[in-house]
Amino acid sequence: MSAPRNDKIMFWRVTPLNARRWSNFKANRRGYWSLWIFGILFGLSLFAEFIANDRPIILEYNGSIYMPVFKDYPETEFGGFFETPADYRDPYVKELITESGGWMVWPLFPYAADTINREIPVPAPAPPSLDNPLGTDDQARDVAARVIYGFRISVLFGLALTFFATIIGVWAGAVQGYFGGRTDLYMQRFVEVWSGLPELFLLIILSSIVTPNFWWLLGIMVLFRWVALVDVVRAEFLRARNFDYVRAARALGLKDRNIMFKHVLPNAMVATITFLPFILNGSIATLTSLDFLGFGLPPGSASLGELLKQGKNNLQAPWLGISAFLTIAIMLSLLIFIGEAVRDAFDPRKTFGNGGKG
Amino acid sequence: MSLLEVKDLATHFRTENGVVEAVKGSSFTLDKGETLALVGESGSGKSVSALSVMQLLPYPTAFHPKGSVRFEGTELIGAGEETMRGIRGNRISMIFQEPLTSLNPLHTVEKQIGEILEVHKGLTGDAALERVIELLNLVGLGNVTARLKAYPHELSGGQRQRVMIAMALANEPDILVADEPTTALDVTIQAQILRLLRDLQQRLGMAILLITHDLTIVEKFADRVCVMTQGDIVETGAAKEVFANPQHPYTQRLLGAAPSGQAPQPPEATETLIEVEDLKVHFPITKGFFRRTVDYVRAVDEVSFALKPGHTLGVVGESGSGKTTIGLSILRLISSQGRIQFGGDDLSERSFDQMRPLRRELQIVFQDPFGSLSPRLSVGQIVEEGLLVHERQLSEEDRDARVCEALEEVGLDPETRHRYPHEFSGGQRQRISIARALVLKPRFVVLDEPTSALDVSVQAQIVDLLRDLQAKYNLAYMFISHDLRVVRALAHDVLVLKDGKVVEHGPSAQIFDDPQTDYTKALMAAAFELEVAHVDAVSS
Repeated sequence: MSAPRNDKIMFWRVTPLNARRWSNFKANRRGYWSLWIFGILFGLSLFAEFIANDRPIILEYNGSIYMPVFKDYPETEFGGFFETPADYRDPYVKELITESGGWMVWPLFPYAADTINREIPVPAPAPPSLDNPLGTDDQARDVAARVIYGFRISVLFGLALTFFATIIGVWAGAVQGYFGGRTDLYMQRFVEVWSGLPELFLLIILSSIVTPNFWWLLGIMVLFRWVALVDVVRAEFLRARNFDYVRAARALGLKDRNIMFKHVLPNAMVATITFLPFILNGSIATLTSLDFLGFGLPPGSASLGELLKQGKNNLQAPWLGISAFLTIAIMLSLLIFIGEAVRDAFDPRKTFGNGGKG
Repeated sequence: MSLLEVKDLATHFRTENGVVEAVKGSSFTLDKGETLALVGESGSGKSVSALSVMQLLPYPTAFHPKGSVRFEGTELIGAGEETMRGIRGNRISMIFQEPLTSLNPLHTVEKQIGEILEVHKGLTGDAALERVIELLNLVGLGNVTARLKAYPHELSGGQRQRVMIAMALANEPDILVADEPTTALDVTIQAQILRLLRDLQQRLGMAILLITHDLTIVEKFADRVCVMTQGDIVETGAAKEVFANPQHPYTQRLLGAAPSGQAPQPPEATETLIEVEDLKVHFPITKGFFRRTVDYVRAVDEVSFALKPGHTLGVVGESGSGKTTIGLSILRLISSQGRIQFGGDDLSERSFDQMRPLRRELQIVFQDPFGSLSPRLSVGQIVEEGLLVHERQLSEEDRDARVCEALEEVGLDPETRHRYPHEFSGGQRQRISIARALVLKPRFVVLDEPTSALDVSVQAQIVDLLRDLQAKYNLAYMFISHDLRVVRALAHDVLVLKDGKVVEHGPSAQIFDDPQTDYTKALMAAAFELEVAHVDAVSS
């Protein structure tokens, strides 16, 4: 008790409260292990180019080192004919490189998400084999590679959507709750009207005007997703603005903005953070369903929803549906488990469980 | 044989951090028709003792390692739920501190009481109604027939407590356990409720087990008293003897601790620091679709006063009389009409932004030491907040030095600035609040009931601290309180409020020794003698 407790990890100050929360989080074993597993999977998928790619990570040709992972080299570089980027899977290019006494280090799966395997023994979709451990889809692309890239884009999309939606939602809820009165009344009515707009139809209409890409989808979804947090944050601000310490801060002359950030927001963040994993889950599921319906990412991009659709269209090739299902199910379950542990960590009854006497 | 015999009772709680010994081994007896007071500060185990008697604790989290509770010879500890149901609410009844949360908000008064009659006596229909009316008349809830259909929120605090008492008396219990029955009520109402309890006791011959922290109530009301501290009963005896001749050091300290004395002589001051003229705070009552303003709630109406540096103005009155509203409107935290002259400035003309430079001169300390400190900031961050707004030129070291200085000033170790509010007791938190106000070196501080959430001994320390700080910095205080003892200990002038209007205003000595209006007299009688006087003048 006596030692000043100001431990810092990087720039993050570890308060006793956060330390208690972290231990509550760890106490939920399932959530803790889910966080590790998810963290490792997501971390690996960020380096998908090094795991599944149609070009070597590194190669030697004529005594010099090339890194095709980072840079496109024309085929002429290796003594070929074409000015176009080298196709390292082409036996001719492979031969050119090995004949010069060079070598290549290939990733674990020698296919990128859009690589078409022209050597499958049966018509696509091909069943799992040594070459394609999860089989190929109906365009002869490696399912394992597509799952890795699809997982990455799903999580990144989910994170980005959650991040932007949270910022807007927290801001809107904070303004409504803190100022109350007319501001609250009008904004709340706006939120109600806005959340009544049919999101899916707008996306369908949009996809007939522009080709939706990652950022288009993100932008449109953020426009509709931010309302999810408004009610929670608004309620917290409404409650907190009459607290004595907020009054004391006003009496000290703090500006509204500072009071909102320093005094009220940290209280509202508990509810917000508890919701985040579930919003993240919802975002991922939405992207998947849009892809499944065909209104999502542009054709050809690796996506779990598209894989699911292929599974539905090719019931004779169960590896498609099963791979997609397992990937989505495991990803969403891990996130839900993490979410539960986060909820435990921020549960005031657990955090202050034995401090009732103050 | 006594009616109730508690012998060497221990109550422990299992928690994550081991076993908490709430009651370590208390013994007391209660005879027919007598009043026994369990008195002690918060956390002393007095409520837990009473709940152990009723077997109302969260078992098995709570458990009794030893001891016995015998009611008319029957052992209650370990008695089955069946036995206890026959005793609870029937032979032993209980009333609680907060009548609003103890009544079901969805049931009418008639239904609340009728339910008990039905459960224990099997009374229904007209017989039950008749008994309900009889009970409500017994507890003096006027206008009974109209209030039978009232919901708890339609009643005032005192009326709710009367309904609670009627519920407790429904089955003519032998013992009434009263857990802080008047703490949530105004002094005037408190006196009425205590008188009611005493009348009922005499008429019905029941025993009362009174749990309270208020020594005045014990002195006036109890036959015998048990003084509890840290889970132990340290002294037992006839109330008169214990008060006249306390034996145990803790009792002596408790009795000596009550804030007493009068405000020290203030320094001669010629100039006026703050002058309020014709202050009004009206909230409009609107009606209809277009929200026409039909009338106003006059929270504060035509209040005028002046205050010099080094002086304290005590503001007293029942709850709802507008005490806090005056304080907030002087600080311009709520809008008001009327002139507020501070030094050379007219505050009433200033917008919130224009007020900012003046805020360092005018500060406020709130009542609830738990709600007034942000739980997520360290003590240092809380105290330095004002400096970040008003003295931005300070370097980090200078700011830290000022925070340390302020903490030392209020009697706290500067090392505490790295800790968080939840680690401190109520009194320490109140000191932190005072440090936050003082770090800016203000000239005027509004003290909004700063002592009413604290234990008596801590109250006295805070009062001493406030006096010292006033003498040192020549501070002007506006001291808002319903506790007239504390007001007498601090105030030079007193403003008595009723329904937003000033009823009496004058030097402290004059108001306390020679009150002019019936309302003030009633307040004084209730606060110092616990007597009911001038009933017409106060709210019922």
